[in-house]
Amino acid sequence: MNNEAIKDLLYKMADDALIIGHRNSEWTGIGPMLEEDLAFSSMAQDKVGHASALYKILHEILGEKDPDVLAFQRGEKDFKCCQLVELPIGEYDFSLVRHFLFDHAELIRYEMLASSTFEPLAQLARKVKGEIKYHVMHADTFLKQLSQGTEESKARMQSSLNYAMPFALGIFEKSEYEDVLIEEGIFAGEEKLQEKWLEKITSIVTSSGLTMPEVADSKIVYGGRKGYHSKFLEPLLDEMTEVTQIDPSAEW
Amino acid sequence: MSLDPRINRLDLHRTKEGEQTSSHLITWEVFHQEKRGKQPVHAGIVHASSPEMAMLFAKEQYARRGKTTNLWVVKTSDVYTFSYEDEDIFETTPEKTFRDPGFYKVRDRIEAYQAKNKIQ
Repeated sequence: MNNEAIKDLLYKMADDALIIGHRNSEWTGIGPMLEEDLAFSSMAQDKVGHASALYKILHEILGEKDPDVLAFQRGEKDFKCCQLVELPIGEYDFSLVRHFLFDHAELIRYEMLASSTFEPLAQLARKVKGEIKYHVMHADTFLKQLSQGTEESKARMQSSLNYAMPFALGIFEKSEYEDVLIEEGIFAGEEKLQEKWLEKITSIVTSSGLTMPEVADSKIVYGGRKGYHSKFLEPLLDEMTEVTQIDPSAEW
Repeated sequence: MSLDPRINRLDLHRTKEGEQTSSHLITWEVFHQEKRGKQPVHAGIVHASSPEMAMLFAKEQYARRGKTTNLWVVKTSDVYTFSYEDEDIFETTPEKTFRDPGFYKVRDRIEAYQAKNKIQ
């Protein structure tokens, strides 16, 4: 099997999960209500858990560095996350819309990976499917609730959706290993994932009473998968790695 | 008004002095079922605006640890209860020991059967 192709796939998945997990955890303690604060924080923890599991595969099976080193001691250019996950949390409507768009892609990606020829990834996909199913259930419930709430909540959801969509489409930026991954049965590919995702979210967005934004190909925000990031990633990494910068061997 | 001073400092819950704009969402009673077939046990409450949202919150608050097979949520206002003033209707129940299963005559036969077949 082509290890470089697998590594590339694992890095982008792990980095997406780590960065969105970190971002969403910024709501902890200031969520809109106690119950939701708990639920959102808990899902953020799940994401960091997924990142950790993926870094572990990279380390234990593919010979990359220790998971803590991968998470905390890589430079900004080495990160392969899409720009959607880097954006600041904004107001709650944006964080919910991003959660909706991202988690639907995650759910389908892991469903596709459950039959991957790379067994460690197939195993992980089967293990996390319940967690991500809940994340999607949470996202769908809030999207519907707020899209059908007041005029203001509907307008907020629509404008966040319009803003997030060009970034969300950047999730599916292809890598140079796309064909190899498909040929070797490791992953059925970003194009197929995007197709399934669009179909799924279009039906939920429309039935919630919102309008699917039209995004021209030229407006899609690519670059993240190749190490080109928004201005928001660097400060996030600085904050996230503050402790390791002071003492790389710190344990807590 | 929150009990948490940090939240109050944010001044999120009022626009003008003394005017409260947000109201708490209604409450839902949560029942936790450990295994299929076992009775759901009351676990606590959550605030939510719909049954779907109540289930989301119930999962995170009451199914965080240990095994869970299902959760029930019921709108608190749909639960009918006696008044505590009527607690006296239950007063003599503990005295009615003749209702304990040990008092059934069949008990002797069960014990005999258990002894014969060495069942605990």
